[in-house]
Parts: sequence; C-alpha cells; structure tokens
Amino acid sequence: MNIDLTIAIIITMVGASTPLLLAALGELVVEKSGVLNLGVEGMMLTGAVVGFAVTYTTGNPWLGILAAGFAGACVSMIFAFLTLSLFANQVATGLALTIFGAGFSALFGQAFTGKPIKLFKSIFPDYLTDHPILRVFFDHSPLVYFSLFMVFAVSYFLHKTRAGLVLRAVGENDHSAHSIGYSVIKVRYGAVGFGGMMAGIGGACFPLLLTPQWVEGLTGGRGWIALALVVFSAWKPTRLLAGAYLFGLIATMEVYAKAAGGGFRIIPSELWASLPYLATILVLVLISMRHKMSSSAPACLGKPFIPSN
Amino acid sequence: MKLINRRNALKIGGAAAALPLIGIPAFAQKEKVRAAFVLIGTPDDNGWNYGHDLGRIEMIEALGADRVETTVVTNVAYGPDSERVFRELAQQGYDIIFGASFGYGDAMLKVAKQFPDVKFEWATGYKTASNLSTYNARFHEGRSVLGTISGMMSETGIGAYIGSFPIPEVVMGINAFHLAARKSNPDFITKVVYVDSWFDPAKEADAARALIDQGVDIITQHTDGPAALQVAEERGIIGGFGQGADMSAFAPDAHLTSIIDIWSPYYIKAVKSVLDGNWKEGTSWEGIAGGEVVIGPYNKKIPADVVAAAEAVRLGIIDGSYHPFTGPITDNKGTLRVEEGDIIDDGEFWAVDWYAEGVEA
Repeated sequence: MNIDLTIAIIITMVGASTPLLLAALGELVVEKSGVLNLGVEGMMLTGAVVGFAVTYTTGNPWLGILAAGFAGACVSMIFAFLTLSLFANQVATGLALTIFGAGFSALFGQAFTGKPIKLFKSIFPDYLTDHPILRVFFDHSPLVYFSLFMVFAVSYFLHKTRAGLVLRAVGENDHSAHSIGYSVIKVRYGAVGFGGMMAGIGGACFPLLLTPQWVEGLTGGRGWIALALVVFSAWKPTRLLAGAYLFGLIATMEVYAKAAGGGFRIIPSELWASLPYLATILVLVLISMRHKMSSSAPACLGKPFIPSN
Repeated sequence: MKLINRRNALKIGGAAAALPLIGIPAFAQKEKVRAAFVLIGTPDDNGWNYGHDLGRIEMIEALGADRVETTVVTNVAYGPDSERVFRELAQQGYDIIFGASFGYGDAMLKVAKQFPDVKFEWATGYKTASNLSTYNARFHEGRSVLGTISGMMSETGIGAYIGSFPIPEVVMGINAFHLAARKSNPDFITKVVYVDSWFDPAKEADAARALIDQGVDIITQHTDGPAALQVAEERGIIGGFGQGADMSAFAPDAHLTSIIDIWSPYYIKAVKSVLDGNWKEGTSWEGIAGGEVVIGPYNKKIPADVVAAAEAVRLGIIDGSYHPFTGPITDNKGTLRVEEGDIIDDGEFWAVDWYAEGVEA
C-alpha cells in the first residue's frame, strides 16, 4: 500500500469518525450525569436538517453548525422535561425522541430535498491541503478540529474541574449529591442539553462533511453506533476518541478493501458491516471479565431521581 | 315554436338508441379505482422512489382524479413490516397495490393469496400469481449506453460501479456497462463495490472516495441517490451518471448523462385495466424501445464522437441491431459463458450469477 493511498484512507476515516465522535462525546456527558438518552439518532437527524437548511439559506456553514447545535439542544429539552421533571421512563422517552426526530426532520426537510450545498472543507491554505504528506494534518473540515478539541475539553471538564466533579457525583450517587446541597435535576438538565447540542452538531457533519445534500434518514442509524461507542469507551473521553476512530476505520476499510479487490474480498461484506457491533460486544465481555473495570458505568445510570423532601 | 323537427327527432332517436350502450359495459367497469403504492424510501430521494411517485402522479393526470384515488406508504422495510403494510392496504379496500421494490416479493405473494380480489403488482419481481403481476424495466439497456461513454472517455481505463445488493438485475447492469465499455477499450476494468443498502448516502459517498483514491475516473451507481455523483464533482474526475432521474443539479460538471425511469406508461395501463375490468396476471419488461428507460440529456463536455457512439447504441437497441449481451462473453474466472454469435435471452437473464472478464467484484 503506497503512502498516497494511506493518507487518503486516513482522511476518509477521520471524516467518517467525526459525527460518531461528536454525538458520542455528548452522550458520554449525559450518561456521566446518570441519564440514559437513547434519542441520539433523533437529535442527530434534527441537527442534520437544521444545519443543512441554515447553511443552504445563508450560505454560511458556521451559522449552520451553530443552528444545528441549538436545534439539538432544543429537542433534548423535550426529553429532559419528560424524564427529569415528570419522571417518565428514560428508555421509552429516548426511543420516542428518536422517532420524533426522524419524523420532524423529514417534515421540515421536505423543502430542502434535491438542493445541493458545498461541503465545509478545510480552511487552511492550498499549499498545506494539497501537500502530499502534510495534507494528512490540514485537509480536514473545521468540524474535525472542533471534535478533537472537544475530546480534551470534556476530559478536562470531567476530571479537572469542580463542576465536572459535581456532575460525576450526581451520576454516581444522586441522593448523596442532593443531600449535600447540589441540584441533581439542574445538573442533569445541563448535561442533557449539552448532549443534545453535540448530537445536533454531529448530525450537521452529514451534510457539511460527508455528503452535501439533505434526504430523509440521512444519518443512516449512526446515532445507535454512537450509543454503542459510549459503552465501548467505558465512559472515558480519550478512549472514546480511539473507539470512534476505530469504528470509522472499520467502516472506511470496508469500502477501500472492496474497491481494491484481490485478497481483501475474502472477508464477506456482511462481516465488515457487523464488525463495529462485534467489537462492542467483545469490549463488553472484556470489561465484565475484569472486576476492576466493572464499575465503570455510572451507578445511577438510567434511574429517575425523585427528591425525598 | 317547433318542438320537434326532423333533425331534432334524429338526435333524440339516436340518443335513445345509444342509451342501453351506456349501461352494459358498466357491469365490468369500475367507477373509481383505489390504488396504493408501497415504497422502500421516500419520493424525495431524487432517484428510484422519485421515479415511481412521478409515474403515479402522471397516471392520475392521465386517468383523472375522479377515476383514481391513490395513497403512498413510504419507508416500508422488507420482511414482516412490509407484510403488515400490504395486508392493511388490502383490508382497507384498495383495488390494486404496487410494491415498488425487489425485496417485497415474499410478503406480496403471501398477502396476495389471502386477498384474491385485490390486484398486486411487484416491481422488479420474478414470480407471479393469479392476482400478482410483475413489472420491470430493462435498465441494463441504459447501462450499455453509459458503458459506451465510459469506455471512450475514461483516461485511467478504470470505471466503478457502486451497487446495492448482488441481485440479478444489478449483476446484469454491471455486465452490460462493462461489455459496452470494452467495445472501445478492450482493457477496461470495472471495480464493483456493494454498499449493502439501497439508501445510505454517507456510505455511498465514502465508497466513491475509496474508488477514486484507487484510480477510478468514472463512476456509475445502482443506488438511489446522488451521493457518489457529488463526490465525483468535488474530486473533479471525468464524471458519473444520474440513476433513476436527471441529477445534473447536484453535479453540473460531473453529470455526464442519466438513466431516467419512466413508470407512468405502465401505471396508466395497469390502473386502466382495473377500471375496465380486464386486469390480467402478467409480466411487463419494457426498455428503451418501450419508453420506460430514457437516456437524459448529454453533458456538453462529452465529445461529439462519443455522443454519436452512445446514440448509435441507443438506436441500435431500439431497432434490435445492438444486443447488450452478445457473445463471445468470457467470465472473470476464464470460463466461456456465451458462444460467438449467441446472446443471453430474457429467460437466461435471471440466472446469470457471474461477471464478465475484467469486472473486479
């Protein structure tokens, strides 16, 4: 395999991984606060259609990304209100949010189908993005650099700041956090809103980074892979980065291997397609085999918090 | 005032004589037909489903909204989901139900048995029943035209075919494309990538990137959207083709031409036969000659001699002088499949499970 092709594969792989990474990072923070939001796919679709619509209308992808994040946060508030204020079942509400997002995006997007936009490409000068070697660092959309920045921002927030400690405390033991005076509900509202924003921006990656169009169901079920990734990463942002790029690499290698032909075709395409899920199961097995790691899931994940007084 | 003169008398008499004629055929005819359409995607995919929905709309225009009432069910998945949808439509009293995808077959055959009075129509299907017809189009004829253009225009000599699933009509589309390309470039290679989906735009786009990164400079696809074409435009390769509908809005430079599916002639015929009370089980398989497969406008950047060659193939298919599968054809494992002078006829078509020499699949 030559160097040009290797670099081309890396660039495609990074693109394919970025929406997964953004959405999964948001969900990681949500789950760290003790809430399980299965509506990632719905929030991504909402972000995708709003991001497309605003970019198409204004011609400005930055505004499109902002609007996508805002729209994702808005729909996540429906989930937050139902589960945190009304104590609805989180699993059922999350699934409902996915169905809502799919329907809303289809309806809202009807006016925008069949209309092309431009991809949101690298903003570095041509001599860097066209350089045969250096393009591996520079030929990426700004969304890619944003996602990498967010990995370290989230990691720093969770482990190095007081607010991050409070959020983790709320997820590990909500009643203790409540008894020493922290508002469990407010912290969780904030986390769910952040998760919605990140899923919305992850959704906007589809029209801006991967395929510059809007069609119903554009995200193709990748919200579910993002959910699997959070488990895969054992709720650690840096491991999430590795996991997202591994999932992206598997998906990318599938198409590159098929296009290359030859020996690569020995692996049936169904196996390629199922590899991310098989990898998740494998990691779950490994985690449960190691007792030290078995407590990595937030203790209060998915449990509604009803204040005792 | 003359109430009745001779001319009026003739008119009245004529009308009276014609009166019984109005009543008699009404026993077999229907006043209004209710037709349902089941789609695998949505009409706004700009491709396959769009073509079927356009056919439905033109059918209503042709027959009149007072004679036909339609409903469209979108995003119906294969398997139990589709069976439920077909059963519900039959129970709701639809007279004729169109299932516009290959994968609906098992469900339609099952439901058709339970509702013998309802007519079922299976697009691209291969089995019929007393109340189940199949209809299809000879898309592979259009692929011959695209292959002719690709063989002459490709500089690397490597074309790509992004497929959905390896079902007979996709395999034969690949073979038709490749055989036509080899007529002008005997070393032409066609790389095939299956994306295992009729609709996953992000994966189609990545497949196109993977192919272009590995030397492909012309792409055709048998999936339902313009994703691959947009990558062709972005990367500035020689080009690609619209599938199902004209997609030049998405890729003004890369869009060389398109295969457009025209379903309205068949939909008009099928619904009209229900109106007239003479619907019969059958299989319909029209192509370029029957107007179901249309080649869209050619991009201005295609040289005149290439357009002339493409048109020669198109006209040759219409008058029968060009057959997409004319021997000798050797498969990509070295076996001679079609003897010199022979062709693959309609009966043999569906059994082909091999690729022609030079196809990398």
